[in-house]
Amino acid sequence: MFEAILLTVITAATPLLLAAIGELVVERSGVLNLGVEGMMIMGAVTGFAVANLTGSGTLGILGAIGAGMALSALFGFLVLVLVTNQVATGLALTLLGLGLSGLIGEAFIGVPGLKLEKLDLPFLSDLPFVGPVIFGQDPIVYMSVAIVIAVAYALARTRAGLVLRAVGDNHASAHALGLSVLKVRFLAVLFGGGCAGLAGGYMSLAYTPQWVENMTAGRGWIALALVVFASWLPWRVVIGAYLFGAVTVLTFHAQAVGAGVPSQLLSSLPYLATIVVLVLISSNRRLTLVNTPACLGKPFVPDR
Amino acid sequence: MRIVLIKRAEHSRLMTGLSPVIAVALTMLSAALLFAIAGHDAGLALYKFFIEPMTDLWSLQELLVKAVPLVLIACGLSICYLSNNWNIGAEGQFVMGALAGSVLPVLFPAFDNGLTLPLMLLFGAAGGALYALVPAVLKIRFNTNEILVSLMLVYVANLTLDYLVRGPWRDPAGFNFPETALFSASAMLPTIGDGRLSVSLYAAIAVAILLSLLLARTLKGFEIRVLGESPRAGSFAGFSQKRMTVFAFMVSGGLAGLAGIMEVAGSLGQLQPTISPGYGFTAIIVAFLGRLNPLAIVVAGFVLALSYIGGESVQASMGISDKIASVVQGMLLFFVLACDTLILYRIKLQFGQTAKGGHAHV
Amino acid sequence: MKNILKAAVAAVALAAAGSAAQAADLKACFIYVGPVGDFGWSYQHDQGRQAMEKHFAGKVETAYLESVPEGADAERAIERFAREGCGIIFTTSFGYMNPTLKVAQKYPKVMFEHATGYKTAKNVATYNSKFHEGRYILGQIAAKMSKKGTAGYIGSFPIPEVVSGINSFLLGAQSVNPDFKVKIVWANSWFDPAKEADAAKALIDQGADIISQHTDSTAPLQVAAERGVLGFGQASDMIAFAPKSQLTAIVDEWGPYYIERVQAVLDGKWESKQTWHGLKEGHVVMAPYTNLPDDVVAMAKATEEKIKGGWEPFTGPIIKQDGTEAAAAGVRLDDGAILGMNWYIKGIDDKLPQ
Repeated sequence: MFEAILLTVITAATPLLLAAIGELVVERSGVLNLGVEGMMIMGAVTGFAVANLTGSGTLGILGAIGAGMALSALFGFLVLVLVTNQVATGLALTLLGLGLSGLIGEAFIGVPGLKLEKLDLPFLSDLPFVGPVIFGQDPIVYMSVAIVIAVAYALARTRAGLVLRAVGDNHASAHALGLSVLKVRFLAVLFGGGCAGLAGGYMSLAYTPQWVENMTAGRGWIALALVVFASWLPWRVVIGAYLFGAVTVLTFHAQAVGAGVPSQLLSSLPYLATIVVLVLISSNRRLTLVNTPACLGKPFVPDR
Repeated sequence: MRIVLIKRAEHSRLMTGLSPVIAVALTMLSAALLFAIAGHDAGLALYKFFIEPMTDLWSLQELLVKAVPLVLIACGLSICYLSNNWNIGAEGQFVMGALAGSVLPVLFPAFDNGLTLPLMLLFGAAGGALYALVPAVLKIRFNTNEILVSLMLVYVANLTLDYLVRGPWRDPAGFNFPETALFSASAMLPTIGDGRLSVSLYAAIAVAILLSLLLARTLKGFEIRVLGESPRAGSFAGFSQKRMTVFAFMVSGGLAGLAGIMEVAGSLGQLQPTISPGYGFTAIIVAFLGRLNPLAIVVAGFVLALSYIGGESVQASMGISDKIASVVQGMLLFFVLACDTLILYRIKLQFGQTAKGGHAHV
Repeated sequence: MKNILKAAVAAVALAAAGSAAQAADLKACFIYVGPVGDFGWSYQHDQGRQAMEKHFAGKVETAYLESVPEGADAERAIERFAREGCGIIFTTSFGYMNPTLKVAQKYPKVMFEHATGYKTAKNVATYNSKFHEGRYILGQIAAKMSKKGTAGYIGSFPIPEVVSGINSFLLGAQSVNPDFKVKIVWANSWFDPAKEADAAKALIDQGADIISQHTDSTAPLQVAAERGVLGFGQASDMIAFAPKSQLTAIVDEWGPYYIERVQAVLDGKWESKQTWHGLKEGHVVMAPYTNLPDDVVAMAKATEEKIKGGWEPFTGPIIKQDGTEAAAAGVRLDDGAILGMNWYIKGIDDKLPQ
C-alpha cells in the first residue's frame, strides 16, 4: 500500500513541482510573475485540445508548453518593455487566462481525454517496489525530474546560471558588465511560462484526463508559495512540492480509516504544515537571505 | 524594429490624465472585436457592458455595493505595499473579520440593542487585524515570508468559516443546512436609499480620505514612504521597520475585516459557506490600478466593479459568455497598466539600428 | 470618442427595434452556481433549460447567468433578471435561498423557483429530486459486485442531501450483504477534479474496490477505470469516461420539471409548492446498466420498479449509528426527516460534524 500511496503523491506533486521550478527561474532573474494560475489553465486547455484534435499526446504536451509560453511572452512584453507593475500584470494575466481557457474549452466539455501512455522501461518497471514507483511513470513526471536537475545544475554550475543570478541580484551591475538584463529576463519568463503550461498539460492529460473549467483549482497559487517556501533553491522546491502532495493525500487516507477529526481541519493541514516548516527554515536568517533575488519585482530600464 | 523607453524628466501631466482614457478606448476597441468574433452585435454589447450600468439608479447602487468592499480593502493594502509589506491574504482577513463580527448575532442573539452593531464592527475590524498580525509577527520574529503565510492563511480562514457554518454555528431551525440564523434588524447596517447600498459607502469614502491625508500630510505617511523606498534610510531616520510591519498589517487587516463584517451585516444578513467572491484578491488589482493612492483607488474600485456588473449585464441580456467578460477585464487591466508607462516614459520606435547592449528590446 | 458613442447609440436603437419584433410570450431565466461547463450540477440544469427552450419552440425565451457566487452577488443577479422582464426565475443552488426570497418580496408578479431549499413564499416554489432513491440501487449493485465487501464514497460537504445519500447507499448494500462496509472521504469541494481523483485513489488504496461519489466531476470514475475497479456516474451519464467501469449513473433530469413549470406560468396556473420527485416522475433517471451480470441487472431493475411503484428506501427497520431506532419495521421516514438528515445509520464508521 505504501507503494500505491507514493504513486499518488508523485501525481499530486508533479504539477506543483513543474510550475514552481519554472517560477523559480523567473524569480531568480528578478521578475515576479503572479500569473502562474492563468498560464497553467491555458496549458491545460491547449494541451487537451491539441491532443484531442491530433490524437497525439506528444503534440498535446508541446501545445501546452506553447500556450504557457505565449501567455508569458505577453507578460514579458508588458513588464519588461513597457515596465508595467509586475504584481498587477501577473494578476491580470490570471484573469485573462481563466477567461480565455473557458472560451477555448467550450467545445471540449464532456469529452473523454487522451491519457498519456505510461513510459514503462523494460525490466526496470518490473522490479519489486522501486519498479513501478521509479520506472513506471508517465513521461511528464520524468520531464519534471529532468527539469529540476537541469535547473539546479545550471544555476549552480554554469555561466548561464551565473548570468541569471547576477541579473536577479543586481541588475545595475549586471548591465554595467554588459549583460542584457531584459533579454535574460525575457528568456527566464518564457521558461517559466513553458513550465507552467506543461504543469497545466499534466493536469488535463495525465492527472485527470479531461477538460473542465477552472480545473487547476488554485494550484498555480500553491506553486508560487512553494517558490518562497523553497527560499529559491531548486531542491527545496522538490521537497516542498512532495511534502504538500503527501500531506494532501494522507489527509484523505486519514479520513478513509476514520480518524474522526473534522474534515475541514484535515483539509487545512497542508497549508498549516507549509507555514510551520517555513517558520523553521526561515529562522535561519543567513540561509534564506543568501538566495533571495535582491531585485525581485523591481523594474529595470536601461539608461541610454 | 525595437521599442525604446526614454525616461521623462518629470511626470507627464498630459499623460496622467490621458492614459486612462486611451486605455479604456483600447479596451473598448478590442472588446468590440471580441464581441464581433463571437457573433454578437458589438455596438450594443459595448453599450450594455460599459455604459448602461451607469444609466439607472438601481445599477449605479449595485455598482457601489460591489465597489465598497474593494475600495476598503485596497486602501488598506496600499499602506502595506507602500511600506514594502506584501500582504496577499486580505481575502482571509476579510473572512476572519466577518467571523469575529458575527460572534454577537450568532452566539448571543439575546444581546440585541443599540450597541450590537457598533460592537460587531469593532469585533470585525479587530478580527481582521489580529489575523493579519500572524504573518506580521512571523515576519519580524522568524523572518518568515509574509506573502506565503498570508496566502496560506486564506485557505485556513475559508475552511474555518466552512467548519463553523456547517457545524457549531449553523441555524438550529435551518434543517441542518449550512448557514447561520438570519441577523436581527439591529445587527444590520442602515441602508441608503431604497436599494441594498448601506452606510458602508460612507465608511469607504472616509477611509480613503483619511488615508490619503495620512500619507500626504503626516509624519507617519512620510515614514511609510521612506521605509518602503529605502529601509536603510528609514532606519537612519530612526524609523523601526518592525513596528511599521505590524502597523501596516494591522491597518490593512483591520480594514479587510471591517469590509468583511460590513458585507455580512450589509447585504447578506447571515453567514454562509461562501461570503466573498474573491474580494481580497480583486482588491490587490484595485490597489495597483489606483497606483496605491487611496483617492485613485476609489476610482479604480468603481471601474473594476463596472467590469463585473457590465459583464453580468451582457451575459444576462445578450447571452455573451462570462468568459468573455473575464477576458475583457484582463485586457482592461493590461491596457491601463501599459498606458501608465506613458506617464513616466516617452516611447520611441527605432528602425534598423544594430543593438548596443542595454537597450530595452524584444 | 464621440463617433464611437454615436455608433453605440445607433446600434442600441437598432437592436432594441429588432428584439421588440420577435418578442416571446415568456422569458424564463436561470442562475447557476458553477460554470455550465462543469459537466455536473450546473451542466445538467442547463441541459434542462435547453430542453425546455426547445420544447416551447420560440414561445419561451431563456437567459442564464453562470458562476454566480453565493453571496452578495446572488441577490443582484436575481434582481437583474426580475427587472429585465423575466416571468419566471430558477435559482439553482441552496445558497440562493434567502436572496431569492428577498427579491421575490420586491417583485410579486415574477415567479421564483428555488432548487434544494426549504423556504417558500406566495411567488416562491422549491424543487429538488430524490437522488437517494438512485443511491439505494447503487448500494445494492455495489454489494453484489464488490469482492472485498467495501465501497469508497467521496462526499462533497456533509449537508443533509449528501448524508441521506450515503445512508441510502448503505441501506441498499446491507439489503444484499449485511456486513457491507463503506469508507467515506470528504473532498470539501463540489468540484475539484484533481482532489476528487486523489480521494478516489486513497479510497482504493484503503481497500475499496468500488467507488461512488457525491461530487461533480468525472475524475473519480476515471481513476476507477485506471485502477481496474468499478464505479458510478454522478449527475450525468459518464459512460464515455469509463466504458468498462461505469455500472450505471444517477442522472439529474431537470427538463421535465422546467417544462411543466413554464407551462404553468403560460397557462396562468402557476402556484407555489414544494416539489420533490424521483425515479417515478423521471426527475431522477438511472443510466443504462452496463458491465454487470444479468442477475444483478435484473435485481437493479426490480428495485427501480419497486421505487417507481411508491416504495421508499428509508423504510424501517432503520437503526442509527448510536444504536437508537430511527424507524420501526415497516414505518417509512417522513419527508422532513430525510430532507434534514444529520445522522448516520448503523454500520458507518465516519463521524458527522455536529
